[in-house]
Amino acid sequence: MAGHSGRVRVRAASLVAPLAVFIGVTFAVPLGLMLLRSVHDPVVADAMPATLALLAEWDGQGDPGEAVYAAAAGELAAASDAGTLGQVASRVNRVQGGLRSVMVRTPRRLRDAPDGPRRAALADIDPDWTDPATWRAIRTAGERWTLRHYLHAVDLDRGAAGGVVRQPPEARIYVRLFARTFGVAGAVTALCLLLGYPIAYLIANAPAARARWLLALVLVPFWTSLLVRTTSWIVLLQTQGVVNDLLVAAGLVADGERLALVHNMTGTLVAMTHVLLPFMVLPLYSVMRGIPARQMAAAASLGAGFVHAFRRVYWPQTVPGVGAGSLLVFILAIGYYITPALVGGQSGQLISNLIAYHMQTSLNWGLAGALGGILLASVGVLYLAYDRVVGVDRMKLG
Amino acid sequence: MPPTPQPAEGPPHVEFEGVSKSYDQRTRAVDDLDLTVRRGEFLTLLGPSGSGKTTCLMMLAGFEAPTAGTIRIEGRRINDVPPRRRGIGMVFQNYALFPHMTVGGNLAFPLEVRGLDAAERRRRVDRALELVRLEGLAGRRPGQLSGGQQQRVAIARALVFEPELVLMDEPLGALDRRLREELQYEIRRIHADLGVTVLYVNHDQNEAMVMSDRVAVFRDGRIEQAASPEALYEEPERSFVARFIGENNRLAGRVAAVHNEICDVEVDGGIVRAFRVAPCGPGDRATLSIRPERVAIAPTPGLYTNEFDARVEDITFLGDHLRLRLDVCGRSDFIVKIPNMVGHGAVIEGDRVRVGWTPTDCRVLDPDDEEETP
Ligand SMILES: Nc1ncnc2c1ncn2[C@@H]1O[C@H](COP(=O)(O)OP(=O)(O)OP(=O)(O)O)[C@@H](O)[C@H]1O
Ligand SMILES: [Mg+2]
Repeated sequence: MAGHSGRVRVRAASLVAPLAVFIGVTFAVPLGLMLLRSVHDPVVADAMPATLALLAEWDGQGDPGEAVYAAAAGELAAASDAGTLGQVASRVNRVQGGLRSVMVRTPRRLRDAPDGPRRAALADIDPDWTDPATWRAIRTAGERWTLRHYLHAVDLDRGAAGGVVRQPPEARIYVRLFARTFGVAGAVTALCLLLGYPIAYLIANAPAARARWLLALVLVPFWTSLLVRTTSWIVLLQTQGVVNDLLVAAGLVADGERLALVHNMTGTLVAMTHVLLPFMVLPLYSVMRGIPARQMAAAASLGAGFVHAFRRVYWPQTVPGVGAGSLLVFILAIGYYITPALVGGQSGQLISNLIAYHMQTSLNWGLAGALGGILLASVGVLYLAYDRVVGVDRMKLG
Repeated sequence: MPPTPQPAEGPPHVEFEGVSKSYDQRTRAVDDLDLTVRRGEFLTLLGPSGSGKTTCLMMLAGFEAPTAGTIRIEGRRINDVPPRRRGIGMVFQNYALFPHMTVGGNLAFPLEVRGLDAAERRRRVDRALELVRLEGLAGRRPGQLSGGQQQRVAIARALVFEPELVLMDEPLGALDRRLREELQYEIRRIHADLGVTVLYVNHDQNEAMVMSDRVAVFRDGRIEQAASPEALYEEPERSFVARFIGENNRLAGRVAAVHNEICDVEVDGGIVRAFRVAPCGPGDRATLSIRPERVAIAPTPGLYTNEFDARVEDITFLGDHLRLRLDVCGRSDFIVKIPNMVGHGAVIEGDRVRVGWTPTDCRVLDPDDEEETP
């Protein structure tokens, strides 16, 4: 018996194994690595262990001492030989701008420098080496485990005295972007609900043949590439586009005052609502299909007007669908990337566009990971809140 | 025993006057209907599927608009009154309870709409639950109740706001036989207790016979006959009714002669003297309808006006009675029921016997379109 059930278990496990491997390789592992990167950075720590050990004793003010200069000179030269100097320099540069060129230049110049105290040699190469801020930057960049990416992601930084301080006003961008992202996601969710609820009601209560057609219309967007749909909105909404042409032709807008509908927040809202609408309609439809049309008739026969019947009888029964649809749309919206990138212009950019920037352009993967980690955490918080309010087991996705 | 149906003689409560309804502008689901329901009456709309019963209720409740005609409640035309202002209690076929509310919440809903305060609501909800014998279940959700209990809740909800008119559309259709019989009795009791007018739809003739003061038999959107259960059984006026209510032997024939109430009809095996119900004259086609229990086997010769030779095709023993299938007057499916009494063993399959019946037990009705003519 035991052998038999054991075999069954092995067979069952071997059936799900490919899926488990797939999810592991394509989802769990990259996600874990991203989160790891947001708190873990060994590059500087590996390249300059001796310097960092000495700097740990230093109070952060004044001259760090000849021993530090000597260790740093040696380790920079070694990093240069090992070819990792560029990586080290760019990490220090992220903590304090302008240090990259200083660090890259130093080993080459040191080779020609006369023997003697390294402090003098380095000071001679660049006066920045005598600035305590430089050493503080190296010490910070050398932290193997760090939360500074998360601090940066919410516009904070470690102060010279060690406490947490706000970034200077011109460097505060992420909090505003997060706020804008959540605002846009909330607005898109509300628009989808407003537009999707009546559509879902119509489909759920239409005769079977018509319902199939309407449902197909809702699903058509899924058969079209996201890129095509998004760029079509540019065609429709641009200054010389169809919508503006119609408004001008109808005399609602003067030709000289065509509306800016795209490459701004309006474009982002319109295009995202369009793209995400099916994700709202489908869960709503699936909930509404389960509500017999007789229920509203019953409420009317009991004396309730439409508004009362809707509020007390119909709406409460659709709440699981509203919750599921809203959660889905909101989560998809806060991570939206292509659409805002194409139709958002400067004012329509969202946090995901910044994550992409740090991934692809600035190569600051630690910060990208931290921004992503915050998004992930907010989705988790939302999910828990939803579970509290509606109950996840009541959620109906389709 | 359910209370015996009371003769309904109150003033008119509901009147349908020339009411028609067409969903597709071509066929009529309800066709020029005239019907008066008296106050306090229990009237069943009985008929085959698709005959327009639900449509009638829906028009009365206000969920469908008549294509033509007038519907009145207490003499007031209500064609244009919205459903919620008609004050009609309605029990839907699949209950239509609100699944997200408790039983108490369901019952309180119509009271809440009417602005009753919490104490009064609770009092009435308790009374309604008592009426349907569901005391103590106010806190449950409909999903936690059995089918029979849900049906009781639906009935209680339709009654809790004390409407004078209650409509029920096949309320017991989804229940098993035992539960159905129990609830039939309950509904009758509630009707007798409250004195409300009930319009009840179903297509089970036994249920209609047991429960109703009066039954309106529907066919293709028209009422064939509306009468008490006894009258429908004993005195069907249409061959459809004779066929639909209880068991009947039908003989197709042609009228040979007419003498006032009585006429002679020529059928396959000879001439039958019968009671004339449908207006007819010599030469007209007609259907004769004879109840199986009104046929005598081997009667004293000369006792009955109508006597024929028959062959016993088979006999079924049914406990309290025997069911004989005879070949007579050109039909081999002529049924006779005889009570199980001493001496029935005299007849066996294959026997040739004489059968007889009186002219008054044999009714001349309109030709039945669904029967072949001789
Ligand atoms: N909403 C509707 N739209 C179109 N036709 C309908 C509609 N409701 C009913 N009909 C048609 O009207 C006719 C009468 O239907 P109705 O529901 O009144 O019959 P019924 O006597 O209640 O039948 P059942 O015993 O099966 O419930 C049928 O032919 C039906 O197809
Ligand atoms: Mg019906």
